[in-house]
Amino acid sequence: MANVPVHEWTLLEAARRVREKEISSRELTGALLARIEALDPKVHAYITVLPEAAAADAAACDEEQAKGALRGPFHGVPIGLKDIFCTRGVRTTCGSRILRDFLPPYDACVAEKVLGAGAVLLGKHNMDEFAMGSSTETSFFGPTRNPWDVSRIPGGSSGGTAAAVAAAMCFAGVGTDTGGSIRQPASLCGVVGVKPTYGRVSRYGMIAFASSLDQGGPIARTVADAASLLGVIAGYDRRDSTSLDLPVPDYLAAVERPVEGLRVGLPKEYYEGDGLSPDVRAAVEKALNALTDQGAIVVEVSLPHTSFALSTYYLVAPAEASSNLARYDGVRYGHRAEGASGLIEMMSRTRAEGFGDEVKRRIMIGTYALSAGYYDAFYGKAQKVRTLIRDDFMKAFESADVLLTPTAPTPAFRLGEKMDDPLTMYLSDIYTIPCNLAGIPGISVPCGFSTEGLPIGAQLLSKPFREETLFTAAGAIERALPLRRVAPLEG
Amino acid sequence: MAITREEVLHVARLARLSLPETEVERLREQLSAILDYVKQLDQLDTRGVVPTSHAIEMGTPFRDDVVEPFGDREALLANAPDRQNDCFRVPRIIED
Repeated sequence: MANVPVHEWTLLEAARRVREKEISSRELTGALLARIEALDPKVHAYITVLPEAAAADAAACDEEQAKGALRGPFHGVPIGLKDIFCTRGVRTTCGSRILRDFLPPYDACVAEKVLGAGAVLLGKHNMDEFAMGSSTETSFFGPTRNPWDVSRIPGGSSGGTAAAVAAAMCFAGVGTDTGGSIRQPASLCGVVGVKPTYGRVSRYGMIAFASSLDQGGPIARTVADAASLLGVIAGYDRRDSTSLDLPVPDYLAAVERPVEGLRVGLPKEYYEGDGLSPDVRAAVEKALNALTDQGAIVVEVSLPHTSFALSTYYLVAPAEASSNLARYDGVRYGHRAEGASGLIEMMSRTRAEGFGDEVKRRIMIGTYALSAGYYDAFYGKAQKVRTLIRDDFMKAFESADVLLTPTAPTPAFRLGEKMDDPLTMYLSDIYTIPCNLAGIPGISVPCGFSTEGLPIGAQLLSKPFREETLFTAAGAIERALPLRRVAPLEG
Repeated sequence: MAITREEVLHVARLARLSLPETEVERLREQLSAILDYVKQLDQLDTRGVVPTSHAIEMGTPFRDDVVEPFGDREALLANAPDRQNDCFRVPRIIED
């Protein structure tokens, strides 16, 4: 490890070296801040960087450690958070003009837990506006670029987090996933991303998009890093009424477990469409071989309602979003339009000025689907189909412990390529969306590169609260396919 | 299913979004295309299917009905776009 540059250390390696006083938090944090200064003008993974606050916090970590006190497992290790998690006194924008200057009065549960574990906050990561997008191009603050090829998108909506992790501008980060927003950018940036079971990670202080689908989860460069970070952020929180009071297992211990006898299901519907690129198909096959070489058993399964998932999602998610985003009215916080003569005019102009095109489009779809006379035909129908999609998974898990699929149909596409065609953009999430509708956990783990050198990820899905199975299978793939995780990007 | 210009304007009013004239037609086309796509759900017979509102089954969580004051009143008010003392100021609500 002697020749590995500081910024390329894993999260666990960095934490161990600080703990064993091989490096100070000041030095470690300084190295990452320098890396951000050199590379982020090219990548734009951060909306807000906190050089002074991070340096001060690192110094405080060092002083406490000198007195023999460690804050937690990530003492003194610099990380980043998607700008959807409220951070007390630190601007939190959700990628939107409407929250451009918002200073949250409290920390999100995820922020509390990560900082409570001793991590130093480097800054807030760029994202699609209100997490609505698959490319990070809908951010009010401008797009993030893929560190493997800066002419391409990093995926989305947690594209800033995935790009920052892949470019080694933080040791790990926390993103959110409503229809694939952690797994798809992790796949496109060549890193590991976990969407936990719905209810596993508290949504308190996480700005809401679609409340029945949203989950926070880790993005990191190794399966072990992601497992240890999930162990920190998971757990019951009484401030989120959908948070579940179940013990948090030792996820890290699951990474090294053998996969012998593990039943790996291949849902045939995920491999049938002609939208799946041959490079992705070949890379996922390597992931499958990695598992079977280690003794896993292949089973064919069927998820017959897969082709209805995208439609279901594009009714359920916008309907919930239109309700959640009603709070941005220009009254108590956020942007307000100038010069309106009455309250309703002020609100309508505030929202027209404050929201971008994709957010408006989804608010309109959601409002339409919930409006009088259309509720049963659209939202009610989608909720019933959601049941059928969920039942498909539960049936598949009778014969399989884990499902293996591509994470995204293609490697990263070019900036601007899909911005004018919302439906084509939505297809980027075709393999990730059903998981959110069913509430089950999923992980994306790197499994190869395209002929053009772009990263490709494999997705694993399991029963609710069986994240350990995902870490076991992903760990086996990672060991068999050692792939470069830090993008070759020069400042 | 094509939606009409009037429907776009009606939904925009419900959603409190003022739309410039140039956006109405574009949104009408995009919304019609998305609604056309999602109408594929009509192919499925869902009679007797129970709708899912929460994917993970759980009971209704109860808590004691106790007021917990928020400690930092000033941090809340500091975000106000227009503030008068400890109040959020808004434009006129009641028309003359």
